[in-house]
Amino acid sequence: MQRGWFAKRRRAEELAIDEMNDAWVKCSGCGQILFARDFERNLKVCPRCGHHHRLSARERIALLADEGTFAERDAEVVSADPLGFPEYPDKLSKGRANSGLPEAMVSGTCTLSGVPIVLAVADFAFMGGSMGSAVGEKVARAMEHALAQRLPIVVCSTSGGARMQEGLLSLMQMAKTCAAAAKLHEAGVPYISVLTDPTMAGVLASYASVGDVVIAEPGALIGFAGQRVAQQAQVIKPPPNFQTAEFQLEHGMVDIVVPRKELKHTLYRVLRFFTGG
Amino acid sequence: MRTVLDFEKPIAELDANIEALKRITAEQGIDKSEEIAALERDRERLLKEIFRNLTPWDRTLLARHPQRPYTLDYVRAIFDDFVELHGDRQFGDDGAIVGGLGWLNEKPVMVIGQQKGRDLKERQRRNFGMAKPEGYRKALRLMHLAEKFGRPVITFVDTPAADPGVESESRGISEAIARNLREMILLKVPLISVVIGEGGSGGALGIAVADRVLMQEYAIYSVIPPEGCAAILWRDPKRAPEAAEALKLTAQDAQRFGVVDEVIEEPVGGAHRDPLTAAQIVKDALLRHLPPLQKLSVSKLRENRYERYRRLGVWRIAEE
Repeated sequence: MQRGWFAKRRRAEELAIDEMNDAWVKCSGCGQILFARDFERNLKVCPRCGHHHRLSARERIALLADEGTFAERDAEVVSADPLGFPEYPDKLSKGRANSGLPEAMVSGTCTLSGVPIVLAVADFAFMGGSMGSAVGEKVARAMEHALAQRLPIVVCSTSGGARMQEGLLSLMQMAKTCAAAAKLHEAGVPYISVLTDPTMAGVLASYASVGDVVIAEPGALIGFAGQRVAQQAQVIKPPPNFQTAEFQLEHGMVDIVVPRKELKHTLYRVLRFFTGG
Repeated sequence: MRTVLDFEKPIAELDANIEALKRITAEQGIDKSEEIAALERDRERLLKEIFRNLTPWDRTLLARHPQRPYTLDYVRAIFDDFVELHGDRQFGDDGAIVGGLGWLNEKPVMVIGQQKGRDLKERQRRNFGMAKPEGYRKALRLMHLAEKFGRPVITFVDTPAADPGVESESRGISEAIARNLREMILLKVPLISVVIGEGGSGGALGIAVADRVLMQEYAIYSVIPPEGCAAILWRDPKRAPEAAEALKLTAQDAQRFGVVDEVIEEPVGGAHRDPLTAAQIVKDALLRHLPPLQKLSVSKLRENRYERYRRLGVWRIAEE
């Protein structure tokens, strides 16, 4: 949904990277020119200012899953165009081209530091990671698999929210994913939600907020409504860190803000608490 | 002052003519009854004609009509002995969501709904029906109270959206909605939701996960307001009528997608022309839907509710 305002941010980020040749990358946080190799080695976190650049779903899976253990599931579940919505098929094609993925969510099983888990990871390059029927279905299936196998599940979100092009059906994915999360909740199957830049609107207001533990990446944009809408709505001036991971931590909505290089180990420590001992 | 929508204008003009003739009859003693009867027949025909051909945008305007009955109008007309309860026990009381104890004929039920305001002062107090986290948390508290005493829950949905402001963000509006979605799936008593006006996105859904979702004929239910959709798609909020078309936000669409179980008829010309009849039709629908739900075991009730939401969505299986 509310996409205009961070689409601008996304374009700036892409441009900054595209303009450079393969050897160099410009940090979209501080503008520093960095060796691409160092930048990659540092997990796309700027060594100078600490800005966490977005990871693709594949990159994040590589970051979290033990090497060679990720087995993808439900890759065949992809978006249809149930409303015959203007330009939606084109946007889907572009999403596939931009991300190299069939859909905005990749899910499967793997081990994380030896702990078997279900892992689902969104990709912002596919239509802003937005949740339509296929994304909702993949999240629900991943959770149902976690329930059936009694495996903990980690879901990493990056999304502008519900996908406008599927109308009410997208909205209903909020209820569907929360229904699946409700079963995990009742069965006592651990669900860890990882919020990465950006996690907004219909995704934040559904499955992403009901994890047993909610972890966010530093500086990630996390919020309900676009900043412009939020500002227009009230006389109260938003604080400078409004809708960041740190703001959400300060207001009690996030358990931990974890730098990327510590994310896997932190997840391991959390998972071990729930599954080990 | 009465609001007259553009497509309602021909009817308003006929109404004015009928009024004028009635005045002449009353003041001058001239019998205009035949002319009046003829005009009234025209009016009925025109009203039906206009309302048969409403566009999705017309329906959006109707759903937001300032004279449309709001939650408390339905509560007063449908339930006996309503006792309003306040507060979320954590932060405060949100005027945008009302709730309390009521009787549906002989059955005690928990009633919850979004409430807009009639005049400027009430609109401000009720934040135009845009609930804050404390509103969703009050709703959840009342649902859990209903669960504790085995009372079914009936919710009325009528909101442009959840409150998007800085305060709401600070108190976790997303978490409040998300938690409601999860908890409503798990609730051990029957839930019926009625969309009576604007079903505005996550703000609406936050009290609308139910065993039966009913929707009035001219209500709308959408993932985004048409204006916002047009702004994103074409960078032009004025193209909202086209967006309303594309979003498939009518009650009939919602039923086709399986989101809504029954479309509830409204009096000819919309609920605002005859609120009491509108309320009676809603009441009849509630009385029809509630008993079968109350006969189900808790596990069957929850299993059906889970399946109802689990099914929603249209995707495809990609070929290799």
